[in-house]
Amino acid sequence: MNILLKTKLHISATGIYMEAAHWLVEHSQATTSNGGQRDNNAVNSPQTAAETAEQAVGERRWEATEAEAAADRQDTTAGESSLPASVPRPRDDFQEELVIRPLHSGDIYASFQFRTVWETDFMKGNKVSHYRLFPKSLGQVISKFSVRELHISFTQGYWRTMRWGQPYQPSPPGAELWVWFQDSVTDVDGTSAQCVLQTAGYRQRDGPPIPSLCHPPREIVCTENLTPWKKLLPCGSKAGLAVLLKSEKLFHSSFHSQAGKREWSLFKMFSRTLTEACPLASSSKIYIDVTDNPQGDQFEVSPATPLLSQAVVLGDRRTFSVYDLTQQITFGTVRSLNLLIRWKSSEGDMLRPLLHAERYVAGYGLQTGEIHTLMYNNHPYRSFPVLLLDSVPWYLRLYIHTLTVTSKGKDNKPSYIHYQPSKDRVRPHLLEMLIQLPPNSVTEVTVQFERALLKWTEYTPDPNHGFYVGSSVISSLVPSIVAMDTNSTQERPLFSSFFPCKEESSYFVRVYTEPLLVNLPTPDFSMPYNVICLTCTVVAVGYGSLYNLLTRSFQIEEPSPGLAKRIANIIRKMRGVPPL
Amino acid sequence: MGLLSDPNRRRALISLLTRLNAPICVVCYMAGVAWFMGLAFEPFTLRTYMSENAMGSTMVEERFPSGERALATGREFSAHKKRAGGMPVDWLVKTMQARGLEVFTQRFSRTLPFPDENKERYMVKGTNVYGILRAPRAPRTEALVLSAPCTPGDNNNQAVGLLLGLAQYFRNQIFWAKDIIFLVNEHDLIGMQAWLEGYHHTNTTGMDWSPLQGRGGSIQAALSLELSSDVITSMDLVLEGLNGQLPNLDLANLFYAFCQKIGVLCTIQGKLQRNDWDSVSGYSHSVQTMMLMVMKQASGRPWGDHGLFLRYHIEAATVRGINSFRQYKTDTTTIGRLLEGMYRKLNNLLERLHQSYFFYLMPSLSHFVSIGYYMPAFGLLAVILLLRALDLWVQLATPPQRTEDGVPDTEQMSSPGVLSVLTPLVISHLTGVALYTLPIQFQEMAVEHFPVSETEAVVLTAIAVYTAGLALPHNTHRLLSGEGTEQGWKVLKLVAVLYLAVLLGCTALINFSLGFILALTLVPVAAFVTPHVPKVLSAFILVILSPACTLLFSVFFFQELQEVPTSFQEGWLLYLSVISQGILDHFLYGSLVYPLIALLVYPCWLLFWNILFWK
Repeated sequence: MNILLKTKLHISATGIYMEAAHWLVEHSQATTSNGGQRDNNAVNSPQTAAETAEQAVGERRWEATEAEAAADRQDTTAGESSLPASVPRPRDDFQEELVIRPLHSGDIYASFQFRTVWETDFMKGNKVSHYRLFPKSLGQVISKFSVRELHISFTQGYWRTMRWGQPYQPSPPGAELWVWFQDSVTDVDGTSAQCVLQTAGYRQRDGPPIPSLCHPPREIVCTENLTPWKKLLPCGSKAGLAVLLKSEKLFHSSFHSQAGKREWSLFKMFSRTLTEACPLASSSKIYIDVTDNPQGDQFEVSPATPLLSQAVVLGDRRTFSVYDLTQQITFGTVRSLNLLIRWKSSEGDMLRPLLHAERYVAGYGLQTGEIHTLMYNNHPYRSFPVLLLDSVPWYLRLYIHTLTVTSKGKDNKPSYIHYQPSKDRVRPHLLEMLIQLPPNSVTEVTVQFERALLKWTEYTPDPNHGFYVGSSVISSLVPSIVAMDTNSTQERPLFSSFFPCKEESSYFVRVYTEPLLVNLPTPDFSMPYNVICLTCTVVAVGYGSLYNLLTRSFQIEEPSPGLAKRIANIIRKMRGVPPL
Repeated sequence: MGLLSDPNRRRALISLLTRLNAPICVVCYMAGVAWFMGLAFEPFTLRTYMSENAMGSTMVEERFPSGERALATGREFSAHKKRAGGMPVDWLVKTMQARGLEVFTQRFSRTLPFPDENKERYMVKGTNVYGILRAPRAPRTEALVLSAPCTPGDNNNQAVGLLLGLAQYFRNQIFWAKDIIFLVNEHDLIGMQAWLEGYHHTNTTGMDWSPLQGRGGSIQAALSLELSSDVITSMDLVLEGLNGQLPNLDLANLFYAFCQKIGVLCTIQGKLQRNDWDSVSGYSHSVQTMMLMVMKQASGRPWGDHGLFLRYHIEAATVRGINSFRQYKTDTTTIGRLLEGMYRKLNNLLERLHQSYFFYLMPSLSHFVSIGYYMPAFGLLAVILLLRALDLWVQLATPPQRTEDGVPDTEQMSSPGVLSVLTPLVISHLTGVALYTLPIQFQEMAVEHFPVSETEAVVLTAIAVYTAGLALPHNTHRLLSGEGTEQGWKVLKLVAVLYLAVLLGCTALINFSLGFILALTLVPVAAFVTPHVPKVLSAFILVILSPACTLLFSVFFFQELQEVPTSFQEGWLLYLSVISQGILDHFLYGSLVYPLIALLVYPCWLLFWNILFWK
């Protein structure tokens, strides 16, 4: 059984950036016998199926990358390859890498990956007590709750797919936690709640536990989150790539956010340069994506490196320059590596991503509204299906009969709809749809909702801020760009495009829409005292006396006459005269 | 209420109320007017204060440096505007993109129900350009808007220049927690309406617009900037929006606080603040300021581009640079710093602006009258209607005095017949419907047959229908139910008075100013009119106090308040254009004043006209 700790951080340079950290603990199918059970799960829930698919794709991708990188290494540096062979391979292994991708918008996309693989068995009864590279705190959570897979991400900001293209690993704004349990776990709700509380040690605040998917959109990355996260790495932030993640620089400094394309360097962005790899890491590399820069006319990278690597990433064949930090030669004579990217041309248009999505709330007033989800298929001639997963809190009462799906002005009937209605205060709406997106089109999904009036103790301390609705998740197998260009003029062996390769013909993408902020009808919380006073007054004075007037019958009571009058009347009576 | 459960005391109270009804009504009326006039007296008003903690104690620094460059951009914009003969879309898109914004455009078109002669437009086609500055660390859930209109001629070039300058400066700051949308809207309010409808994907007025491509989540606040000169003497704050809606008072406080901090002269209704509240001129100054606000609010039209935001629960105001002959001048850099400060504070907001008042009047920028203070003025007028209704009720109940329990005889009550009440009600409301629909329906026919333009046709048709209403309905009930009886008009008046009370009460809750002005004129009518008063004189008074004449007086009064007195001729033309504007506001932006007057207030007034001519 493998345990894999992948940690990752995206940073994009010019001003706007997004950041995410992932722990992905997975029990790879190759070394365990759990594969079959996992497939069973996949049949039960389409979401799990998609998730599994993604991991499969992810695994392949990274194996390919590593294989090629290794090949490169062997080709160019002969001495290095003998090192792993002579030392017996330890049972746990740590790798770190940084991928830098200069975007056409002039932004720089930097993605950190830290991976710890540990071949051990948590589940076989014997308590694991010795931890070397793998963080103990995480290991305990995994063994205690029989977690099969754990996936946590914190994200701040929003990944602008339109401008920056697909990220290597997408995640929704806020925090997201996916957990898959072993089959031995029966009480999923209880266990997941406990599990959430345990993992909450890594973050500041906790959202309500939702069975196996926890997604509080307001949870954001901050220094308090990043520091414990860095502690999970074998070298901490003392050595290796993690030294770049100085929180004060990441969170408090200006990101040279001039518009237009400027010079970029590691030092400018992180106020650090690299001097060594993490000594515990078996591999420590920096990749720079130079695919769009074949002749060096877009930008110039210095120091130059002879190492190149190719990989198919997100359906596109990319070329990377590789800097191996385990090699002293990388750091040169000054013993420090400060990568520099100098833009040469200010032009260049980003190829629009084939699939992206946006979402917004339409309408006004505090009674009803409408959620619009727009999904763009920018492929010129291929249509492809997407799986749209929406989890909407119960306090937006979805009118599911108003659900419409339209593409190109025509009704687009989803081939599969799964809807789980919400229960007030218990569970959210869950809406899953399989929709075919026609080529070069916008598909719009709309559904109306009513805003619920909460109980007064259910409002958050800042109710006028509004309530968040988490991102919808769009998962799809998108036709790859490699398969798209039929008349390629690039120098490639002819046979490579003769039969379209199945692996490359489509790739898995998960797109997150922006979260929504919805205002609910909110009472004025300074009013209860006034309201109580007023209500009591109205009830006591107004209603009481009105009720009195309406229900009683009144009779005129003769007032008892005065003494003089009474005497006079007695006299009159005696005289036989009518009384006064 | 032992007072009422005791029949003797009840009788005494009722007899007191009926006997002294007229004097009490007069006293209430005087008291209402006096209370209202007292609102502007400074010791009776409250000082404004910042209620929102997120905007209060947090310090921000204003460092916007590049006012001169913004003016240069404004001049460039002006040149491109002239060349393009309208909105220079391509130039704006390129300029905003160069400043690092995500830029989008929206096309819209609208055919007005009839030509707008004030602004000379009929078939309107335009493009809005907006750029979104994405907040570095926020997931597109909240946004702020800064807008500047692209107006024909030489107006507002500086506003667009400053908007672009601020966009560039804001882009380099990292503290933004909300997306900032920089919007340049064409055709002022029509463009703004199209953009807001597009943003919220609603269509309330039947406008054609292309859907928006980029959004920034829920908009928390908006400012509209109007600036037509390189230097200014003062900044004016405009608050009155559609249907008399006002933004949260904290927005006004924010503006005032920053004007004080940076040292910019600030005005409201174009009136500077004065310190001599105890002198007569000081008092009349604040009365003038408050009355201007009341008149503007009562008109129900948006007095700046911000006015349409309010419908979407977005707090918004227009900030207008004014250049007068005063010595003291403020340059564009300072205005930029003012706006920067305001946006930084708005950026700090954790919740929507909700802490302070939504219903207020402002006799000066530093003082306000809250709803709790001004409502009694209206209440005193409204109580007159209730007193009259009580009086009528008692009168209707008294003839069967033989029955001792005071409950009126049901046979006696129903004797006037339902028809005699229902007929005038229905007929006057049908007249109201005619007043609402005919002017637009018949404009083409009118243009064919009379030598008038479409706009004149609409306005004159409206006036014609209004006048015809006076002649038409007041005797028709006789055809159905025979001679009107004494009981008949009393029942009708009772209905009419209660109707008016409910109508004015609801209006005043939504738009105090409109409710108060209508109450000021309609309550005396409702109080005194009977079939037995001298016909000619009463008819004259009734016409003078009718909604149309109220509007005419308001026009003159408003001009007087603005210190631009007009001759009767000019005033009359202004009056006609105000009517056409009112109708246009309704069809273009959904203002409710025209339908309110035509469908409810005018028919209600007709009921009193009907009572006067009861036979």
